[in-house]
Parts: sequence; structure tokens; C-alpha cells
Amino acid sequence: MILFGYRLPGMSSLLVWGLLWEIVGQSGLTFFVPPLSEVTATLFSIIGTAAFQKALFETAYAFLVGVASAILIGIPVGILMGKSRLLDELLLPWVNVFLSAPLTALVPVLMVLFGFGMKSIIITTALFAIWIIILNSRAGVRQINRSLVEMAHSFGASPVDAFFKIYFWAALPEILGGVRIGIIRAVKGVIIGQLLISIVGFGALFELYSANFLMGHFWAVLIVLFALAFTISEFLAYLERRVAYYAAKR
Amino acid sequence: MQNRALLLKLLSAVLLFGAWEIAGRVPVSFAFPTFLESMAALVRMTLDGTMLTAYAETLKPLAIGVAISAFLGIAIGLWVGLSKFFDWLFSPIFIVMQAAPLAALIPLLVLAYGIGLTSKVLVVCIMAMPVIVLNTSGAVRNTPESYKEMGRSFLASDLSILVRIIIPAASPVIFAGLRLGISAGFIGAILSELKITPTGVGDIITYSRSIADYPSMYAAIFSIILLAVLFLNLLEKIELALFKGNERGYVSD
Amino acid sequence: MAMSQIKEESAPAASAEFESAVSVKNITKNYGDVEALRDMSLEFPRGQLTSLLGPSGCGKTTLLKIIAGLLEPTSGTVEVGGKEVTDPGPDRAFVFQDFALLPWASVIRNVAFGLEMRGVAASEREAIAEKYIKDVGLAGFENAYPHELSGGMRQRVGLARALSVDADVLLMDEPFSAVDEQTRRKFQEDLLALVQNENKTFLFVTHSIEEAVYVSDQIAILLPRPSRVSEIIRPSSFRNKGVDNIRRDPEYLDIVDEIWASLRSYVE
Repeated sequence: MILFGYRLPGMSSLLVWGLLWEIVGQSGLTFFVPPLSEVTATLFSIIGTAAFQKALFETAYAFLVGVASAILIGIPVGILMGKSRLLDELLLPWVNVFLSAPLTALVPVLMVLFGFGMKSIIITTALFAIWIIILNSRAGVRQINRSLVEMAHSFGASPVDAFFKIYFWAALPEILGGVRIGIIRAVKGVIIGQLLISIVGFGALFELYSANFLMGHFWAVLIVLFALAFTISEFLAYLERRVAYYAAKR
Repeated sequence: MQNRALLLKLLSAVLLFGAWEIAGRVPVSFAFPTFLESMAALVRMTLDGTMLTAYAETLKPLAIGVAISAFLGIAIGLWVGLSKFFDWLFSPIFIVMQAAPLAALIPLLVLAYGIGLTSKVLVVCIMAMPVIVLNTSGAVRNTPESYKEMGRSFLASDLSILVRIIIPAASPVIFAGLRLGISAGFIGAILSELKITPTGVGDIITYSRSIADYPSMYAAIFSIILLAVLFLNLLEKIELALFKGNERGYVSD
Repeated sequence: MAMSQIKEESAPAASAEFESAVSVKNITKNYGDVEALRDMSLEFPRGQLTSLLGPSGCGKTTLLKIIAGLLEPTSGTVEVGGKEVTDPGPDRAFVFQDFALLPWASVIRNVAFGLEMRGVAASEREAIAEKYIKDVGLAGFENAYPHELSGGMRQRVGLARALSVDADVLLMDEPFSAVDEQTRRKFQEDLLALVQNENKTFLFVTHSIEEAVYVSDQIAILLPRPSRVSEIIRPSSFRNKGVDNIRRDPEYLDIVDEIWASLRSYVE
């Protein structure tokens, strides 16, 4: 977007929307949308409170453990599927099923099996993230250029050398792409888990605020969450671009 | 080789359901019924009509929400894709929506719109719309320049270029966006039944859990996942048949 | 294969000898600070094929697209048939380097696209399209889709589409660069026949020296930085000796060598 010969930065329109929010809020049009200035003030007042920090900590903990297990299980499984045809044919149909399945339906099962707590939320998070990580790692291994493999052979690389010096790097752009999408899904998963098991983290906070009609508080937490999610997603996209420069050239 | 693929698919299904059956028989948990018990419950609920009434209820917000999202999403997407100004104005909103956990808006929607159909439809909409908008606008923006130049040099009007060139060129990616949107819509529909008010399939899940009728609960969950996966696979098949020969690309989440 | 109008020794005075179908006057085109074309003037004789030849970055495709009305010049004018033009018009048809066929439309619908945009009725435009599909040698492929055709066949569709609207001027942007060598030779021979049989003016952009000399009545050599017409060459003796003899004609070989000598220093 170019205005008066000056190029407006990509996300600058969010300022316009923020202004609109403020106007709608000030006009008192609806009780559910307090002015942005009020929400921002609330944001700074609650950010230091124990309840908010506890929710943030619990969410971050569930998110990190869930994502870490999805990555640690997902990448090796994906690589094995890419290498072994039998394993691939046995597992691929199920990976595809769970990739497109509405995983929210599984949360009640996790609740009865693992209780109304952190464990269920962690598993929900991992379940949201893992399938795309598996699928992309598999795709990354399968697309490795044959001549790279032959080059490794002809220069006498040992299998271990070949794996760590060639295959891993050759598949890295796809694997990272999978991890990025997986993490974005995990952000959604951790919130969905907390909403359904609403006694921990932001789920509990939302219950509290909406029961007491604390709209300012509610929006403040939403802004924090959305901003965090957006930052994570942009940061991962940046990392991926740094690695993907050679992906297009293979 | 056709046989091998089919055989392995069957084998993999037998392995998974067999593991479920064994885990249920051990049992790993009092709340873990066997595969056969769950399937028996599924057959029973299908035959006595419970499933039919439940799905009539569940699919209503899903269908309305997806229809609204598809209509509005494609319209906004076209608009954003064609105009640099609207691209600047609207794209950031949908990019943030696509990355953000929009499920967090549910308590607010319930406060504002109550626990009825409206809230559920809105949940489906906020889940399904961003990917539809982003796919549509991206596809429109990426229409090959030479197609548009071809249209202009053969004297097509702006409307003709939009209808005869840009929209057909974008439709594979728009369709893929619809499929992803429906997939997200399923998540939203079930989430709203579990979170807002238990109706339809969400009611079967919640109710049978509360009376510890675990086979029925597992059967309901099994059925909704099966339905979603079959439906999305069908869409993908249609997509492949419809757009054979077109180059294809996706804006993924 | 005898040419009806054989033109002897060329000269800068070409515009005086021949009627111009297209004339470009003082065209300048800037992209921001980058000067793509500077004050370029050129005449294209009616009924003949003129090549725009030059190294990459010399602005030959830019000039062609300005003539087509697809790009707007920063200053200067283009006249087609004596009238100034600024937009695409029915007097010109374009053949694209990447074919620009609509992948969801069959061959016949692709060929009939230009007629359809001109409001020709369905039955009539199909009849016309069928004729041109046959003329370019694709009879039987009317209902095939572009992805089922080879690169050469796709460009034949692109050619049929441009011919079917019966424009006076055909603008061809490196039309044979995306097809294989054998197919290209066949295309070049067909193009010579086309120039002779159809009473049309051809503007032909190419980066191949041999191709330009082989097919052209007039070759405009464009040089980059700043973009300018450095030379206009009009081969005179080999055009009427038959397609098979052109490539061993001494004049053909001399012109190819001469052009290479003048372009050599512009190749990175």
C-alpha cells in the first residue's frame, strides 16, 4: 500500500483497526467492547498479578512439554516412515486420518483417561501438533535428491555420516516447515484444551472474567494471547525462511 | 501392487483396532471400553435413531457456519486480492486470526449472543473463515500475469478478466481453502457443543460420560471423527477430479 | 517459393520506401529510476516480418508490450495503421512466450477466446476456431486440454488464437523459445509461409540471431544501457531461394556473423 508516495508497512493497518476499536468502545455502543485504551490500562494492571502469571506459566508449561514431545516423537517417526516402505504403508493412513480429524472430539476421552488436569492438556497440545510434523518429516526424507545419496556413497561416507551430514540437512527445510505448522496448531490446541478442562491456566481465567463480566480483563488477556501466538508464528516463519533458501534450489 | 496396498491398509486397521480391543480387555482404565463394545454401542445408537437426531442437531450450526464463511470468505478474499488498499486494510486481521487461538473468543461470544444457535454458528465462522479468506486472496493475487495480459490483449473487459480468467485460475486454491475451512469448522462445531451447550453429538458424549456409559461415548467420538475424515476425503477426491491439469498450490495454516 | 514483393538493398530510408503498418515515435519508458527505453523510434513495414533482436535487458519485450497496449510508455506515441493507440485493440493480436493458454479450457475454447471477447456468436466463433486449429495442424485436438499437449502444440494453439481474430498486426514475444530445437525449426519454416500467405504485419521478438536472420524481412538490433536501435538490417538475396537453402546462403551467414560481432561485447 502506497500513500502519498510513502510505502506503508505491512501491518500498519492494525493501528487503524485499533483506532476504530477505541471509537466503538468510547461510543458505548456495546457493553462487550470497552475502549482499547481502557483494555490496555487493564492489561498493564493485571500483567503483574499472581493469577495472570500463574495462568501464563501453566499455559507455557503445557505448551512447551506438548510441543517438545510432539517434536521428539514426530520427527523420528516421520523419518522412519520416509525410509521404510512397510512402516509407511501401515502408518500413513492413520496419520492422514488424525491430521484432518476434529481432534476436539478426543478431549473428553483424554479427560476421563488422564483426569481434569495438566496431563490431559499436554496430550491435547501434542495431539494437535504431531501429525503435521510426522507428515512433513516423511516428505522431507522422501524428496532427498538421489544424486545426493549417490554422491555420499561415492565419496565413501559411512551411514552415520551420511545421515547426519547429508540426509538431515537435506530434509531440514521440510521438517522445519512441519514444526512451524505444528507449533501454530499447538497454540490452538493448548487453548482448546484449557477451555474444555477449564480449571487450569487461561481457561480458568476466562471462566472467572466472564462470570464477573470483566470485559476489560477478558480483552486484555485475549490481546496478550493473540500477540504471543502471532509473534511465535512470525518468528518461526523467519527461521524457516533462513533455512529454506536452499530448499527451492534442489 | 494394488492388492499389497489394500492388504496393508486392512492390516493397519486390524492392528490399530486390535490394539484398542486388547487395551480395553486388560483393561488399561475403567474408562476404556473395548473396540467391540464401542462398535456395538454405535450400531445400537444408529439403529434406534439416536445418531440421526444427534447429527441433525450437530450439522446445523456447521452447515450454516460453513455456508456463511464460504460466501463471505470468498467475497472478502476476492476483494482483498484485487485491491491493494483492501489488502493493506484487511489482510493483517486475517493473518492474525489465522495464527491466533480463536477458540478463546468462545466465552465472550456466549456472553454476547447466549448459548443458542447464533453462538455456535459464530464459533464455526471464526474457525473456518480466515483460511478461506487467505487462500482466496492469495490465489487471486497469484494469478499468472501472462493470463491477465492475454485477456487484455484480446480485448476482454475487466469483468470478463475477473470472471473468465482470475476466478477460474484461482479456483483450485479457493477450493482447497474451503476444504481446510470445513476441517476447521468441524473442530469449531464440536468445540461449541462441548463448551457452550451439549447438543447433538456433543450431548451424547457429555451425557454418556456423566453416567459412565463409556462405550456410547467412544462410539459418538468415533462416529464424528469418521464422518469428518470421510467427508474431507470426498472433497479432496472431488478437488482432484475437478482441477486435473491445473497447477495447484496451498496456503497452509 | 517466390516472394511477391522483393526488396533490394536496404537503407535507413526504409520508411520512405514502404508503407508503415506500425510506427513507434520517441518512446521512453521508465520504471522508477530505471530507464528501460529511451527515445526510441522505429517503423514496421506492412506485410513484412520485423524482428526485434538484442541481448537480455535491451527492452525488446517492453517495446512489444507497449505496442500491444499492455504497458503504458512514459512518453512517446505508437501508431498502428496511421492511428495513435494507447490500449489493446482489434488491430493487434499477441502470441505469448509462455503460451498463456487457460488450463481449464479446451483447445477450441482457448482459440475462440479472442472472438468470444469480441462478442462473436458461439456457433460462428467455433467454426472460425476450427478452421484455424486445422490450419496450424492440430485438427483432432479441438477438445484436448493444454496439459495434454506438448510445448510445441501449445504454442500452435496460441498462434491459432492470435490468427483467429484476424488482426492486421501479429505481435510475437519470443514465441519459439520454450519449444525444442526441431520443433522450432518447423515453426520457423511455417512462419515464413504464414508471412507470405497472410497479408499481415509481424513483429517478432527473439534473442536468437540465427532465428532472426532466418525469418525476418527486417531486423532491428537493440542494444541496452541506454536502450536504443543500433542498426536495421534488411536481408535481400536469400529470401526467394527456398526454405532449405537459406541456412547455407553466404549472405545469411555473413549477416549472422556481423550481428554476433556487434552483440558480442554486450554479453556478460
